[in-house]
Amino acid sequence: MSSPTLPPSESFKFSMLLSDTRYRGMSLQVITFIIFMAVFFWLVDNTIKNLALLDKDVSFNFLWLRAGYDINQRLIPYTSDSTHGMAALVGILNTLLVAFVGCIVATVLGLFVGILRLSKNWIVAKLMSAYIEGFRNVPVLLWIVMVFALLTEFTPAPRAFKGAEPEATMLFFESIAITNRGTYFPAPVLAEGAYWLLLCFGLSIVASIYFIRYSNKQKKDTGKSLPTFWISVAVIIFPTLILFFAMGQPVSLEYPYLKGFNFKDGIHLRNSFLALTLALAFYTSAFIAEIVRAGIMAVSKGQSEAAASLGLRPNKIMSLIILPQALRIIVPPLISNYLNLTKNSSLAIAVGYMDVRGTLGGITLNQTGRELESMLLLMGFYLAVSLLISSFINYFNRSFQIVVR
Amino acid sequence: MITKIAFVRKKEIPPSAPPITEVGLIGWLRQNLFSSWLNSTLTVLSVYFIVIMLWDFIPWAYGGHWNTKSLRECLDLDPDVACFSVLTARWKQLLFGLYPAEEYWRPTLTFIFLLLAIVPILFPKFFRFFWFSIIYPGLAVWLLWGGSFWSISIVYIGLTLGALFFLTLIRRYLKNYMIAAILAFLFTAVFFLFISNPLVGLLNVILPISLPFVESLKMGGFTLSLIVGVTGIVASFPIGILLALGRQSNLPVIKMICVGFIEFIRGVPLITLLFVASVLLNYFLPPGTNFDIVLRVVIMVTLFSAAYMAEVIRGGLAGLPLGQHEASASLGLTYWQSQRLIIMPQALKISIPGIVNTFIGLFKDTTLVSIISLRDPVGLASTIRADQKWNGIYWELYVAIGLMFFIFCWGMSQYSQYLERKLKTDK
Repeated sequence: MSSPTLPPSESFKFSMLLSDTRYRGMSLQVITFIIFMAVFFWLVDNTIKNLALLDKDVSFNFLWLRAGYDINQRLIPYTSDSTHGMAALVGILNTLLVAFVGCIVATVLGLFVGILRLSKNWIVAKLMSAYIEGFRNVPVLLWIVMVFALLTEFTPAPRAFKGAEPEATMLFFESIAITNRGTYFPAPVLAEGAYWLLLCFGLSIVASIYFIRYSNKQKKDTGKSLPTFWISVAVIIFPTLILFFAMGQPVSLEYPYLKGFNFKDGIHLRNSFLALTLALAFYTSAFIAEIVRAGIMAVSKGQSEAAASLGLRPNKIMSLIILPQALRIIVPPLISNYLNLTKNSSLAIAVGYMDVRGTLGGITLNQTGRELESMLLLMGFYLAVSLLISSFINYFNRSFQIVVR
Repeated sequence: MITKIAFVRKKEIPPSAPPITEVGLIGWLRQNLFSSWLNSTLTVLSVYFIVIMLWDFIPWAYGGHWNTKSLRECLDLDPDVACFSVLTARWKQLLFGLYPAEEYWRPTLTFIFLLLAIVPILFPKFFRFFWFSIIYPGLAVWLLWGGSFWSISIVYIGLTLGALFFLTLIRRYLKNYMIAAILAFLFTAVFFLFISNPLVGLLNVILPISLPFVESLKMGGFTLSLIVGVTGIVASFPIGILLALGRQSNLPVIKMICVGFIEFIRGVPLITLLFVASVLLNYFLPPGTNFDIVLRVVIMVTLFSAAYMAEVIRGGLAGLPLGQHEASASLGLTYWQSQRLIIMPQALKISIPGIVNTFIGLFKDTTLVSIISLRDPVGLASTIRADQKWNGIYWELYVAIGLMFFIFCWGMSQYSQYLERKLKTDK
């Protein structure tokens, strides 16, 4: 029997820092860190020198100065006397508005196109794949300018609506006017008591949520399913409708009408907003359609066959077996596409829509000459939005993904 | 025993033809287009949609004018058809931007060489011509920008000498790759700092080969899109791989730097990065530096798509079973050997669709340079429309530009599908 021998104790040599795997990682990190910091300080030093040469300093005081320019679409009160900070806020809200509306339209369209692309109907499937390939393979900037051109060039001017025999007429019982200056919708006018109506509507929604919970519990306990969908729709609609007539119609619509050479009243959606939102929505919907299709196809065929052999109907198979599994695959890339849409909304400048890049990163930047500060704030805003969204994706992944082993 | 049977069939009945509703054109139509009332409605709607589209589009495009001098003339002839004359008049600008007309052969030749250079990469059958793909970047830079032939080839000479130095060190004198690499790097640096300039001067005297210099601001049209797009694609791929590996690394400092970089780049729109390139970069560089705008844009686009590429490749890496890492480690492979031989080939194969999508996205994103007033096709479209002769023209230009982008992007996605089929090892 030989006693186990210890490995010969090696004395430390300087070259082991690079050749020995025990130290190599550490020395590599130290080198990287030194290089990184050196580059960082070099950039900061250059910036300080350049600012000194130009006689500038870094200060965010300009945010509290008078902006002096108008913004044509604003969701909060703003005049040219407001501050640059307010202008940035108006821009942020405009960006978020485009992103919000765009995401909704894109999701609806994308779901629709994605499901239709899986249709067994040959011509529909081909048409949908033409839609997807067409929108995906052409730059979104081109789509934005094209939709804008479509909206401004092929719609009548407001004066075409004038006269006894107008060249153009309003749609839907004289309520919607599509013109080359934008689209005018009827606006709801809230009279006295309208808030009760809103309250009632909110309560009905809460009630319907409780009802759905109740019916799900009922289904689990007894196996009997109630017509949940129709009952909850009725719960949402009818109380509000009854109250609406009982209180003497406290909400009325204010129709746009022609005055002089332009439309007055109603909700005015500018063509820049419409073009940007629609183009982004079309473009993103093509990607969403592919995600939906991939998600549905990723659910293995055995699942739907097993469900069918249990005697489930096709629509039940879709809603109870396929979709819950497909959603797990669909949701993360779907949300990252929302993020892409939000970032692409910065192309607003191509159609003159005043988003945050147009106000803070455009006019404010040019007027105050604060390039560094404006760009920092602008990037900070986009970064905050995207980090928020990606942390949501991570949360979703953690809580809904199948746990393997 | 039965002796009397009323009827016995002696001959087999020939199989009767299937019902006419189940085979042939009618069967196909019934199965694919009219299988239910919902399907029939959809079919009718789709056909109606296609017919009205074509009804408007075909006469418009087919009767289009190609040889008028201005939009006014087109409208006088027939206002209802396309006015493609704008393409006849301005196609050179759309392709080459403001590139000097007598030098058009240079971008054209560069493009032809590009096609030749990507063949060995796309189709392994022609891999023996890979040397051309390696010399192509330098050739393209020289052809497009011009200047002395030697100032470009010196880069190749320097890098080749550095590589030879490295190989000699490894073969003859040293065992340690890292030290050899550092020495080779120092050697190359010395070459470029002290030797290359006099050498170029000498070569220019001995054998002057040069093309007239063309400045970056003259580049435009699809030439510019291709310059930015192709350089971005080629450069972002290796950087993306390194970033993905860095993000997976167990060295915390490297991991943190990579994560920070990727999340920052992915969190901001490309257009803000392009603004940084055009407005802010002068703040970050030593006072007085002013380097080429096209190069700045290419760097930003490359970094942007490298971050996306890194995420795609990370997805591929995560898709590999852990056993692959463990197996390669237990075979005694080093980190880089196992990455090169085991991990990367599989991870890249899984992520082909994502990689190609990133390439396509990058190529489409080259249009954004029009917003920092470079003359890419979209930017040129507004320039052309600002011209009095063509003021008011939209579709002819946009359709032509869109079609060009469509051909490139669609081609890339078709190739990726071919590659996926070819590399598929499981059924």
